Amino acid sequence: MSPRLILPPQLFDITINRLCHQLIEVHDDFSDSVIIGLQPRGVFLARRIQKTLEKILKKNNVACGELDTTFYRDDFRRKDLVPNRTQIDFIIEDKNVILVDDVLFTGRTIRAGLDAMMAFGRPKDVELVVLIDRRFSRNLPIQAKYVGRTIDTIASEKVKVEWKEAGGEDHVWLITQE
Amino acid sequence: MNKRLSVKHLLGIKQLTTEDIHLILNTADQFKEVLNRPIKKVPSLRDITIANLFFENSTRTRVSFELAERRLSADTVNFAASSSSVKKGETLIDTVNNILAMKVDMVVMRHPNPGACVFLSKHVDSKIVNAGDGAHEHPTQALLDAFSIREKHGDLQGKKIAIIGDILHSRVALSNIFCLKKLGAEVMVCGPRTLVPRYIESLGVKVEFDLRKALEWCDVANMLRIQLERQDIKFFPSLREYSMQYGVNKQLLDSLGKEVTIMHPGPINRGVEITSDVADSGQSIILDQVENGVAVRMAVLYLLAGRTEE
Repeated sequence: MSPRLILPPQLFDITINRLCHQLIEVHDDFSDSVIIGLQPRGVFLARRIQKTLEKILKKNNVACGELDTTFYRDDFRRKDLVPNRTQIDFIIEDKNVILVDDVLFTGRTIRAGLDAMMAFGRPKDVELVVLIDRRFSRNLPIQAKYVGRTIDTIASEKVKVEWKEAGGEDHVWLITQE
Repeated sequence: MNKRLSVKHLLGIKQLTTEDIHLILNTADQFKEVLNRPIKKVPSLRDITIANLFFENSTRTRVSFELAERRLSADTVNFAASSSSVKKGETLIDTVNNILAMKVDMVVMRHPNPGACVFLSKHVDSKIVNAGDGAHEHPTQALLDAFSIREKHGDLQGKKIAIIGDILHSRVALSNIFCLKKLGAEVMVCGPRTLVPRYIESLGVKVEFDLRKALEWCDVANMLRIQLERQDIKFFPSLREYSMQYGVNKQLLDSLGKEVTIMHPGPINRGVEITSDVADSGQSIILDQVENGVAVRMAVLYLLAGRTEE
């Protein structure tokens, strides 16, 4: 079966804008909040959210970092895992941390991300933003507070998010494997 | 990019591919970031036990490996030949098999005999990391040297690196030559004729006997220690004469009209290979090498331990 487009470019933009407005409702001017994108693909969404927030809030200092979860994963030795860059140039101690990833599936990456984040300090509060929530497929008790689009999938299906920044169009595809 | 080492053990640089070396160095970049976090520890190897077998004295390498293991959350056991049954005549394979019987997953070994790690890898069922075997190879030192050069000067392709001093007795020299050549650097060795092995040109390196010419040629000078403990005969008349001919001092460096980066694998014989004012100057990256050593060894242990089997 051919891939099904579940989020075309114009909806993609609207969705990210909505997520940003929802974040502003809770985090006000972001003076006590920081954004952390999970490597590798959550970073695209985190940077996009940062840019959109800065445009809406008319400021240019929304803190945004990149966090790699490789060393905290529970599937070490099941696959070959190669780490990506981690860059957090701010203090997370006592801040409201907004973790960002593209797709929430089993919840295992988020679990690893929570552990990895704690090596940088003790945040006041942690929330999760995802672009796509694959409902009913969780292995761990983890839920996102802000969701771009909720979809029902089965394990053999794959959700693929494409980004302009990675040299494509803003697309979300649902791929059914034969 | 490659995600997996082509080898099961780290026995020497010779067995590694260029992709393997890049994979190790790129992974070490991430571990260097980990070492600058408030909590400098990750849980990746928490279910692994590593034995450090040192049949030869070592301070830097042993401490560096031990720190790397602990920062990966591995359990460690240390073993020094001076206080063991080796003294009672136990063979290497027996010693190692006894340790492995206590459910040890990996072995880091330094041994005075060249090839000891290769030999061991054929006879025991464990992952082995060579921490120096006689005058043969010292792969993690070469990797951390390459990492430190890359950090200071960028990609090694086309960079000119001179290895100066006791080439004949040095495992660091051989591993460095293999590693630097695989990364595309130009390599020159320089030292007294008695301490430069014949036919070393066959490894694709330049040979120079004049220190000044070598320094004028290179971007980076890796100064090796005179290994008096491996020299059973005299290779040069006196240490004083050696340091006059092949010792690097500030005056010589300043007269070159360019900045040569100075490296040294340690331990330094101050006043022999390099003077104190050179070792402690801004041109020297000797302490960066030591710092990077932990990150590089973490990368090696992580990649070997995490390697999935077909």
